[in-house]
Amino acid sequence: MRYLCLIYEDEKWWDKATQTDMQKGMAEYNAFTESIKKNGNYVGGEALQPTKTAKSVRVRNGKISTTDGPYVETKEQLGGYYLIKAKDLNDAVQVASRIPGAKNGTIEVRPIMEFDQP
Amino acid sequence: MKYLCLVYQEEKQEVNVPPAQIEQAKRDYWAFTEDIKKSGHYIGSNGLKHTDAATTVRVRNGKVSTTDGPFAETKEQLGGYFLIEAKDLNDALQVAARIPSAKWGSVEVRPIWG
Amino acid sequence: MAEETPDIENYDVVDDRLRLIFTCCHPALNPDAQVAMTLREICGLTTEQVAAAFLTTAPTLAQRIVRAKTKIRDARIPYEVPERADLPERLASVLHVVYLVFNQGYFTRADLATEAIRLGRLLVDLLPESEALGLLALMLLHDARRATRTTAAGVLIPLEEQDRSRWNRAQIEEGAALVRRAFETRRAGPYALQAAIAAVHAEAPSSAATDWSEIVGLYDVLLRMEPSPVIELNRAAAVAMRDGPEHGLTLIDAILARGELQEYHLAHAARADLFRRLGRKSEAAAAYNRALALAVEEPERHLLERRLKEL
Repeated sequence: MRYLCLIYEDEKWWDKATQTDMQKGMAEYNAFTESIKKNGNYVGGEALQPTKTAKSVRVRNGKISTTDGPYVETKEQLGGYYLIKAKDLNDAVQVASRIPGAKNGTIEVRPIMEFDQP
Repeated sequence: MKYLCLVYQEEKQEVNVPPAQIEQAKRDYWAFTEDIKKSGHYIGSNGLKHTDAATTVRVRNGKVSTTDGPFAETKEQLGGYFLIEAKDLNDALQVAARIPSAKWGSVEVRPIWG
Repeated sequence: MAEETPDIENYDVVDDRLRLIFTCCHPALNPDAQVAMTLREICGLTTEQVAAAFLTTAPTLAQRIVRAKTKIRDARIPYEVPERADLPERLASVLHVVYLVFNQGYFTRADLATEAIRLGRLLVDLLPESEALGLLALMLLHDARRATRTTAAGVLIPLEEQDRSRWNRAQIEEGAALVRRAFETRRAGPYALQAAIAAVHAEAPSSAATDWSEIVGLYDVLLRMEPSPVIELNRAAAVAMRDGPEHGLTLIDAILARGELQEYHLAHAARADLFRRLGRKSEAAAAYNRALALAVEEPERHLLERRLKEL
């Protein structure tokens, strides 16, 4: 079964982080990614640029409206995700708990919906 | 450049939607996906099960805490995403506006690092 | 009931139960739903009984259970006993559930209490953690008084009037030994403390000869660990025994004045008892009536009615 692990972290941390902190953070993420690639949990994953670069798009009555900022303002912000393959929720939670961001942020684990062709 | 288009829509409203309209939405999604595959925008996409099935995980002082529910309770919920390749933000916003849910929900467009 | 016959067939049933209970008590489920599902799926309680234990309505509860079952399916929560590393965390929610099951069987359903004790023993075998020991001890000590808690007609007999010669001594000894084991881990938690309090009661020759100071002291530790108005109420009752009814009354009134326990029948029953002991009959009657309006369990209602008549 596939799960999406959404990583919420206080993005200000990266602003305040020293060069060494940042390198350490990146190294932790790289090591984690390598480890889940090796054991077969990894399907995909991306890191997002900070929410100040986010735009929200809505279409109402055929008109496109674009606003600055993320869909919702939160204390911690969506900073990236991993798409993983796991045997069950326990397995997924175990993987999620090893994401470096779990230590200072929050990981939301969402099962993927499998669609049939209409 | 890669962008993530996060699709937010109100889960609660879905029960009120007539089946024919849901079928239409599925066809619209399929057509849209085929379309952006053809135009070279598509990298990947996934739909998520409802936030009722969400679990939140935190690790504090080495202890894993697991709780029921999504990270944040919002009026609309993250229901899926498209990862796309776009020439620039305008191009990405054009693609995002064509995601069927943009008509009844919201799409958040986030540039990817690197 | 599966006795200590370790045949394969029984083992499978036990294992199955344990797997089911850990699944129902999975931390990724809503905490209330965890308890509700265990009571319904493992102990066979009706939704109404579970709702009563939760102070909620049956439809609300049914909805919670449906949501939890949907989540088990959609998020694929596995049907298994957690791995050793995850056991302590997972155990806490299971213990909570087991205790609720025990309480549900406190008066009317000895089978549920027995079931809870059996689950408690299983958990102690699986993971002899302080709190698992504490909970089993607590249940054994309470259950040791089962035969003397109500009259044949089903009227609750208060602790001070119970025939202590009919308490189950073997069970009290087992419970007390478990309390000592729990304290030896030096991680005695709320269950072990409550069990220690129950052991002081169980080992006292009479209500008057009970070491009330020791009990108040244990409640003090318990309150620091786990602040709760119900524990405060129990402590107030012990203070009343140690220092006199008026001291207990002051403490209970302070809890109620904060807006807490106003709908909790035992708070009003305890107040009524203290008024009665002080000879303040009309206040006692009013408090007994208030308790009666809130009490659900028949044995408790009978005692309240008896007290009211005796005034």
